[in-house]
Amino acid sequence: MRPSAVRLLNILVPIKRAVDYAVKIRVNPEQTGIDLNVKHSMNPFDEIAVEEAVRIRERLKDAVKSIKVVTIGPPKSAETLRTALAMGADSAVHVEILESAPAPEPLGVAKALKALIERQKEGVDVVIMGKQAIDDDAGQTGQMLAGLMGWSQATFASKVEVDPEQKIANITREIDGGLEELRCKLPVIITTDLRQVHLLNEPRYASLPNIMKAKKKPVEKLTAAELGVDLTPRLETIKVTEPLKRVGGGKVANVDELLTKLKEAGVTGKRA
Amino acid sequence: MLRLHSFIRPAFRSRRWVHNTPTFSHLNSVNEEDLAHFSSILAPTSILSTLPSISTPADDIAPYNVDWMGKYHGQANSVLRPRTTQQVSEIVKYCAQRKIGIVPQGGNTGLVGGGISLQKEIVLSLGAMNNVRSFDPVSGILVADAGCILQSLSEYIAPHNHIMPLDLGAKGSCQIGGNISTNAGGLRLLRYGSLHGTVLGLEVVLPDGTILDQLTTLRKDNTGYDLKQLFIGGEGTLGIVTGVSILTPPAPQATNNIFLALPRFDNVLPLFQTVKRQLGEIMSAFEYIDRTAYDMGLQHGLGPLLSADEVGDSQCFVLVETSGGNQDHDLEKLNNLLENLMTADEPLINTGVLSQSPTQFNSIWALREGLTECVQKEGKPYKYDVSVPLADFQKVVDAVRERMISKGLYGDHAISKVMGYGHVGDGNLHLNVIAKHGYRPELEAALEPFIYEIVADRKGSVSAEHGIGSMKRDALHYSKSDVSIDCMKKIKQVFDPLNIMNPGKVLP
Repeated sequence: MRPSAVRLLNILVPIKRAVDYAVKIRVNPEQTGIDLNVKHSMNPFDEIAVEEAVRIRERLKDAVKSIKVVTIGPPKSAETLRTALAMGADSAVHVEILESAPAPEPLGVAKALKALIERQKEGVDVVIMGKQAIDDDAGQTGQMLAGLMGWSQATFASKVEVDPEQKIANITREIDGGLEELRCKLPVIITTDLRQVHLLNEPRYASLPNIMKAKKKPVEKLTAAELGVDLTPRLETIKVTEPLKRVGGGKVANVDELLTKLKEAGVTGKRA
Repeated sequence: MLRLHSFIRPAFRSRRWVHNTPTFSHLNSVNEEDLAHFSSILAPTSILSTLPSISTPADDIAPYNVDWMGKYHGQANSVLRPRTTQQVSEIVKYCAQRKIGIVPQGGNTGLVGGGISLQKEIVLSLGAMNNVRSFDPVSGILVADAGCILQSLSEYIAPHNHIMPLDLGAKGSCQIGGNISTNAGGLRLLRYGSLHGTVLGLEVVLPDGTILDQLTTLRKDNTGYDLKQLFIGGEGTLGIVTGVSILTPPAPQATNNIFLALPRFDNVLPLFQTVKRQLGEIMSAFEYIDRTAYDMGLQHGLGPLLSADEVGDSQCFVLVETSGGNQDHDLEKLNNLLENLMTADEPLINTGVLSQSPTQFNSIWALREGLTECVQKEGKPYKYDVSVPLADFQKVVDAVRERMISKGLYGDHAISKVMGYGHVGDGNLHLNVIAKHGYRPELEAALEPFIYEIVADRKGSVSAEHGIGSMKRDALHYSKSDVSIDCMKKIKQVFDPLNIMNPGKVLP
C-alpha cells in the first residue's frame, strides 16, 4: 500500500566563502579590517552543513528531492559553490555582489535568503547552515532567518534526524549544560556546530568523479536587486586593531620596590 | 611467481659482502683530563658526561647515543654542545692532538647510523648553535648556524614569502647542518633541485680545527675548486659544517595537491609521464605509496581521504603537488589533467581527490608524511632507500617479500610487512621491511646483501638520499667502482689523515 503522498524534501544550504581558518590574520594598514589578500575557503561550519545535507540524503535516499547551495559573495565565491557541488549538492545559486562591495551583514543575508526561499516553486523544507562564519563570528543569520520566516529553529545542532513522513526533525543541540533534544515541525532552520567531542560529521573530500559531475550542475546567478533586497550595511566599522600585545610581567626584589612600582602605576592605597 | 634466481649475482660478487664493526685502535677514549680541558673552553651546560667529574645522569646522555629508529646504539661517554664556531674549532684542535674520535650530530634523525658513535668517540652536537645569521628578502639568501631546525628556518622566512628549498618528514627535528652533510633530498627535490645546487656557501671546521670560511652569499662564484661540494653529502667525515648559506625560493602563490588511486602498479610510469607533460612547470612533487603502506596508514588513523568503495582494489596511490604563481592558471591545468585522466578510454586511475582548502591540502600531505611514524609503531624497520628504474619499483618490493617468505621469515613471528613508498618522481623508493618483534641478525642476513645485489643488477643506487653512515659502508661497492672508492679514500686522507672525524662511517 502506498503511503499518503509524502512531500519530498528540498534542502537549502547557505554557505559562505571566508578567510581560511589556518591563515594568520593581520589587520590591514588602514585599520578598517583584516588583510583579505590571503587564502579563502568554505566556512568550516558551512562545510559541515553541506556534509550533513548529503548524509541526510544518504540516509533518506529518494525522500530528498534536492539539495541546493546558495552563497552571497563576489565572483570568487563561485569556487566555494563548486566545492559544495563536488561534495554532493545538486544545484547552486550565486547572488553575486561586486568584489569591491562591503561584506553583507547577517540581516541582509537573512532577508536575501527569505526572498530566495519564497522564489522556490517547490518550496524549502529544511535550511541547514553553519552556526557562524569564522570571519565575523556573528552567529545571527540562522536565527534572524527563522524569525523572518516564522519557522522553527534549532541552533548548534550536534545531531540531526529528519522524518519526512511525520514532517518533523529531531535535533540534538549543544548547550552550556550539555545536550538538549528538540522536535521541530518542518520547515525548520538548523545551524551546525563544530565542537570537538560532539562533532556533527567529518566533511568529505571532493572526489574526482564528483568534481567532474559538479562542472555540469547548474549554477543560477542572481543579484540582490532581482531578489528585491538591499544589502547596504547598516553598521559602520570605525576601527579594527590587534589586541594589545601582552607585556611581560616584572619581578621585584622586595616589598618596598613593589610599593614604588605600584605607585608609579597609579595605584593608590587607603588605610583600612 | 617471481623467478628469484634472476636477481642473484654470480658467486664472485657475493664473497665481497663482509659486514664488520671497526676497531678504533688508533683512537683514545675521553678521560677526566679531557673533560677538564673542555671545561676551560665551554660553559658547564655545554658538557655532558657519565664520567665522575661531570656525572650527567645516564638518561640525559641516552638520546645522543640512540638513533631515531632505535636501531643504532652508541657508547659515547661524553657529549659536547658548543655555542660558537670558535668553540667547535678549539674542541676539534684538541681532539686531533689527543686522537679522540668525533661524531658530529645534528637532529639525530638520520636513518643509516651516521650520527651515532661506534666505539666511545665523543659526540659533538650542533644543537646549541641555532641562530639565523642573516636573511636577504630580495635575493632569498639565508645564512644560518648549522644547528637551526629546518622547520624553524621555514617559519623564519615564511613572513617574507620564501620557502626552504627542501622539505622532509623530519622537518620538526632535523637540523640544516645535518641536512647538508647528508645531502638530504626530500619531498621538494623534484622541483627545487638538490642541496648541491641550492647551497651557496659553507663554514666548516676541518679535522685539524682550522675554520674553512666559505660562507659567501654570491649566486655565482667560479674561483677554483668548489670545495663545498665535498662537504655536502660528506656525512661529517671530512669536516664539521657549522654555518650555511642557502638560496631560498619564493613561496608559491598557489599550491594544490591531488591524491590518486591506481588500479595497478604498471600505470605509475605512464601516469608520471602524462602528469609531467600536462602540468609542466607547476608540478612540485610526485610521491608513490603502495597498497600495504596505505592500509597501514589507515590503521594508524591517517586519512581516510577516499571511502573504501572508492579505493576498491587499487594497488597503489600517487600524490601530486603543484606550486605556481596563479591559482586560476594552476587549477585550470589541474582540472584539464583530471578530466583527461578520468575520461580516457583506458583510464590510468580509478579515482582520486583534489584538495579544496589549505586544511585538506595539509591532510593529504599528512597521509604521506605520516607513514614513517606509522612504520615505527608497527615494529622495527629495516629501511632500504634505493634508486632503481621506476618500472622496477614493484618488482623490487615483491622480490624482497618473496625472499622472506622463502626463508620462512614472513609473518607475525618475524617480518610482518614489506612495503614501498617514496619519491617516485626522482626514481627513489623507500623500501621498509618491518620486523614486528625487533631487529634480529638472521633477518638482516636474509635481507643483506640480497637487496644490494638486486639494486646493483639494475645499476641503481644502494642509497638514493639517506647516505651511507655506518649501515651501508660495506655496500658502497655495489654502487661505486673501486676506482671511485679509491679516490674517496685519498680525499679522506687529505682532510683527515688521523681519521678522527666520524670514523667508521661512509668509507669501508
